[in-house]
Amino acid sequence: MSKPVVATTSLSGCFGCHMSLLDIDERILDLIDVVEFNKSPIDDIKEFTKQCDIGIIEGGCCNSENVHVLKDFRKNCKILISLGECAIMGGLPALRNGIPIKECLDEAYLNGPTAQIGNEEQILPNDEELPMILDKVYPCHEVVKIDYYLPGCPPRADLIWDALVALVTGNELKLPYEVVKFD
Amino acid sequence: MSEKIKFTIDGKECIAKKGQYILEAALENGIYIPFLCNMKGVKPAGSCRLCNVKINGRNMTACTTPVAAGMEVESEIPELQELRLSIIEMLFVEGNHFCPSCEKSGNCELQALAYKFQMLVPRFPYEFPIKEVDASSPKLYIDRNRCIKCKRCIRNIKDENGKSYFAFYKRAHDVEICLDKELAATMSDELAQKAMDTCPVGAILRKEKGFDQPIGTRKFDKQAIGTDIISVVENINMEVKE
Ligand code: SF4
Ligand code: SF4
Ligand code: SF4
Repeated sequence: MSKPVVATTSLSGCFGCHMSLLDIDERILDLIDVVEFNKSPIDDIKEFTKQCDIGIIEGGCCNSENVHVLKDFRKNCKILISLGECAIMGGLPALRNGIPIKECLDEAYLNGPTAQIGNEEQILPNDEELPMILDKVYPCHEVVKIDYYLPGCPPRADLIWDALVALVTGNELKLPYEVVKFD
Repeated sequence: MSEKIKFTIDGKECIAKKGQYILEAALENGIYIPFLCNMKGVKPAGSCRLCNVKINGRNMTACTTPVAAGMEVESEIPELQELRLSIIEMLFVEGNHFCPSCEKSGNCELQALAYKFQMLVPRFPYEFPIKEVDASSPKLYIDRNRCIKCKRCIRNIKDENGKSYFAFYKRAHDVEICLDKELAATMSDELAQKAMDTCPVGAILRKEKGFDQPIGTRKFDKQAIGTDIISVVENINMEVKE
């Protein structure tokens, strides 16, 4: 039997969730014994080269590229997991959801203390190559169907490990009290 | 001595004082019924509905229903646990609960209930409502993003004349918690701490404090909410026996 194929991505996240995946420490050796990685920052495969079994999503959707990548994952993965608070509810990037987008951009590029130097022409990034920023940050399951949720900021390494083992072996996932946390 | 009456919760025999509310009696009998708006020593409000129990097939709030002799109360039944989880999920989506950046995280009763019920994601869409933070008083700041409108602060934080420091402003969905400016100006550190401890969530916070307990040592990091109830009762029983 061929190994289950796993893909991962970071949308509007901080890569902390991926770091937590690496926090499974030497178990990563067991993991690559039983699964194969496809598109993922971990192996630097940029595009899907085959259909995957499990897609792990870090981060919510803050721009058009995030939406594009998320839909691409839905198309190419049988199971999608929202990993971490950002994917599940927008997380800290969604703190901007109550602030008009113009105010956010003005603060970041025109008025903020770090915007004074280097942007003398007072330009808001407008190159057409750049993804469009969305009106607010969206949880992943409000954009595509998500099958499983692993909360935490980041989710505990043991939670990620146990979830992957459960999916690969087909056994039920046990959730001890200590592993389900929101921070 | 006040009259004692017998009743059952999920088939377990319990004893209550006559006139005692079900929730209070349950806790004294070592049975935890989830709640958010209730507080020991404060008049119950029955507003959060988490403590809903079933009596004769009807849902009643345990915090405002007095025990009657022979009453058969159902609490930990799938239907009610599901109702409780849905209330918790609703509270998460109708506020802005960014737990990773919240001073109360780890000590918050709403979060602790979500942990207890293992809420992985709310079933309702996130509302992301627009709420103001009020940091105008000297000792406290009010973060309305996290207020669950339980009225614990209004009922528990009063001056010597019985006047509340806190009040609701506006109505229904728009209701906002406010702190009386004049009273707040002379608030002591002790009372500020009491207000913060009264709030089940991170909506009332002391200024210049926060994030002072390492992760892993906070109240609900390792121990689920309600698990301490049983040991308290065991202690009481021990004392009675002695
Ligand atoms: S959930 Fe936390 S660790 Fe994960 S991407 Fe978001 S901020 Fe980073
Ligand atoms: S008040 Fe509680 S539930 Fe809300 S953000 Fe803070 S810790 Fe999380
Ligand atoms: S501020 Fe806290 S105690 Fe007061 S109503 Fe809101 S949640 Fe309840």
